[in-house]
Amino acid sequence: MSFEKVALKHGAGGRAMRALIEDVFLGLASPVDGIGLSALDDGAALRVGDRWLVVTTDSHVVHPIFFPGGDIGRLAISGTVNDLAMMGATEPLALTCAVILEEGFPRADLERVRDSMLAASREANAPIVTGDTKVMGKGELDGMVVNTTGVAFADRVVTDAGLRPGDRILVTGSIGDHGMAVMMRRHQLGLEGDVRSDVAPLNGLVREVLRAGREDVVAMKDPTRGGLASVLHEMAGKARVGILLSEPAVPVNPEVRAACEVLGIDPLVVANEGKAVIGVRPGAADRVLEALRSHPLGRRAAVVGTAISDRPGQVILDTGLGRRLLAEPDGEPLPRIC
Amino acid sequence: MCLGVPGKVLTISDDGLSATVDFFGVTRELRLDIVDEPVAPGDYVLNHVGFAIRRIPPSEVEETVALFDQILTEASSGDLMAEDVRGEIASGKERSRG
Amino acid sequence: MASAAEELKFRDPAKARALTEALGHELDAIGRSPVSVMHVCGSHEQAIARFGLRAAFPRSLDVIMGPGCPVCVTDTPEVDEAVALAAQGARVCTYGDMLRLPGTSKSLADAQADGGKVEVVYSVSQAAELARRRPAEQVVFFASGFETTAVATAAIILAGVPDNFSVLSSHKYVPAAMDVVSEMKETNIEGFIAAGHAATITGWGLFEPFARRTGTPVVVAGFEPLDVLAAVVELVRLIRLKRPEVVNCYPRCVTKEGNRPAQEKLWKVFDVVAGNWRGIARVPRGNLELKPEWDHLNARHRFRIDTAAVGGAERNLLADRCICGSIMSGLAKPDQCELFGKECRPESPVGACMVSSEGACKIWHVYGGHPNLQEVA
Repeated sequence: MSFEKVALKHGAGGRAMRALIEDVFLGLASPVDGIGLSALDDGAALRVGDRWLVVTTDSHVVHPIFFPGGDIGRLAISGTVNDLAMMGATEPLALTCAVILEEGFPRADLERVRDSMLAASREANAPIVTGDTKVMGKGELDGMVVNTTGVAFADRVVTDAGLRPGDRILVTGSIGDHGMAVMMRRHQLGLEGDVRSDVAPLNGLVREVLRAGREDVVAMKDPTRGGLASVLHEMAGKARVGILLSEPAVPVNPEVRAACEVLGIDPLVVANEGKAVIGVRPGAADRVLEALRSHPLGRRAAVVGTAISDRPGQVILDTGLGRRLLAEPDGEPLPRIC
Repeated sequence: MCLGVPGKVLTISDDGLSATVDFFGVTRELRLDIVDEPVAPGDYVLNHVGFAIRRIPPSEVEETVALFDQILTEASSGDLMAEDVRGEIASGKERSRG
Repeated sequence: MASAAEELKFRDPAKARALTEALGHELDAIGRSPVSVMHVCGSHEQAIARFGLRAAFPRSLDVIMGPGCPVCVTDTPEVDEAVALAAQGARVCTYGDMLRLPGTSKSLADAQADGGKVEVVYSVSQAAELARRRPAEQVVFFASGFETTAVATAAIILAGVPDNFSVLSSHKYVPAAMDVVSEMKETNIEGFIAAGHAATITGWGLFEPFARRTGTPVVVAGFEPLDVLAAVVELVRLIRLKRPEVVNCYPRCVTKEGNRPAQEKLWKVFDVVAGNWRGIARVPRGNLELKPEWDHLNARHRFRIDTAAVGGAERNLLADRCICGSIMSGLAKPDQCELFGKECRPESPVGACMVSSEGACKIWHVYGGHPNLQEVA
């Protein structure tokens, strides 16, 4: 897929973005002792002695900056903490925070964002140790862009590629909250409703998962852009398995479901910022589910699917009334969701 | 855009031209220019591109479920001759009610 | 519909299984294959594809989508009119689906990229509001959709619109879809599922002459999965009994006479006229045009629309391989098109069926590409 100019879809987290990365940025990869750029996972993992140093970086361009349930600050901290956690690194060593501000950005808003970051950083026990500050002229940037980088040690790295036929797939809670909260706040859709982003650091939750499941936790990924559908396709594709997903088993809040019905959007492709998708060996499913449900962020956790040997790389959706293939989303349908 | 979604009327505007309608937790304004009957708070309406196109009588939910059951009964019996007769009566009922 | 829980009555898996079994019995009693029925509504195809119903249908049943996508059947000259108006300086408002519909050489999206004032609206009232807020501009509403949507346009016109507002009508009349297909010798449709929300407006009585004339039964179906399943069971039963009747399976929304106030408004503003449906044919009673007394609001009368000036760019060779016309007539399925999912995708549509959210190709693509998964364990 060749292109002359970058389009919005190249940032949507789907096929187009993957093509951009493969065509343009993979050229940056060089061999590392560990998991590097070419794995295209949530982060990198580098061997340091008998441990792994996990590194991840994220830029945040969400619009609007403040949305029900959170803001760009909470999103920036949670996003990076969660990427580390998805690789199995649940004790962040340090976070960086670089901001680019638009001339005219109100100080009061900046302090509100900072307070959010501080709260999230404490929640995750992830210290912010350094940063950078730049200002661009009015109109040269939309409000505020934040980049966070996180580092952490891990004894075992969990990739997104470890599924085998028979493995069970869990989600840690309700799906679609963040994307719908941002969308409803952003657009004049004439819809009012109590939909709140789920943005939250998950390292504490994942710590419990790894404690309960250990080596039986074989794949983890957080369903941000492109939602649950994107993550399942990635996991299925990288492991060369099929996935059978039970639609009735996927938890969705009634308000989110209502907003999605009215707008004709599938909750399965909507972004989440406080959820994880976890693949476990079948024998561990019960105890991992119990560990999840015992934690405040995992009360609505559920087993939603199974890896199968048929149709490698594809996701089959059991709707409860019939079956169909779940299409791989081309990316996040809504721009600037995170 | 999901067409024809049913919702519950919460309030009617003072001029009677629009209503605030609840779709299981999210609300929006609908115009009432073309709905087939007067609409009051508590009624269910069908929405199409921002207009209410039908006031759905509350009893119709039960009646629809009964219709499904009737269709099931007609179709799943093996006795084709008796089915003809049953079918005749049934479709006579459906058509007069429809 | 009192709550989400009650709404689930129309999605109850146990009832769905029972209805599917009943469907099996009916088809066994008919004893031949395939039995082909057709629906003419994008929302029905969405319900079927979204819930994976084809995987549950018995193999001898073929439920086919006909020309039930009003955007898909909008012919290129109509798009050219809208594009020309944008080029001539009007602000053209349209529902989102029409934006990327290809004209002879350009879509409205192309016109927008060329600097034309094109806006997507969610409702015709939004377009009228826009005209009110911009009295110095000519605001044209490029009106698409079947009669269910046309009543909204009619209502807005009757409620009063500003002088700088006009309508370029591309509304279509859905009963014509069934006429068109029933007249095609190559199709062998034994029963029709009528569009439930159009019927909410028009009533189901107008299908009786059609059923008698063609000898094919018609059922009116709603859009929840159980609505569709129940209606299909009933339709197959009518086929088995050789009864070319009309049965209303959507009584909560559809009556024999329909929505009278809406009809009055509709026919005060619109006439049914002949038109060309993209990829299909000249359809004698397929289009809805503003009546002569509304010429002053009809963009075709207010402006001299110069479609010749909408330049001819290089011809799209892919368009020659597009089989939308056959798909809309029910003669082919989306996955039989060589372009489907490859050169023709939602972000790079070749044919109209991939542009519109009501188009068969778009729906199949969104819901996995090959909706029939009977072979999956």
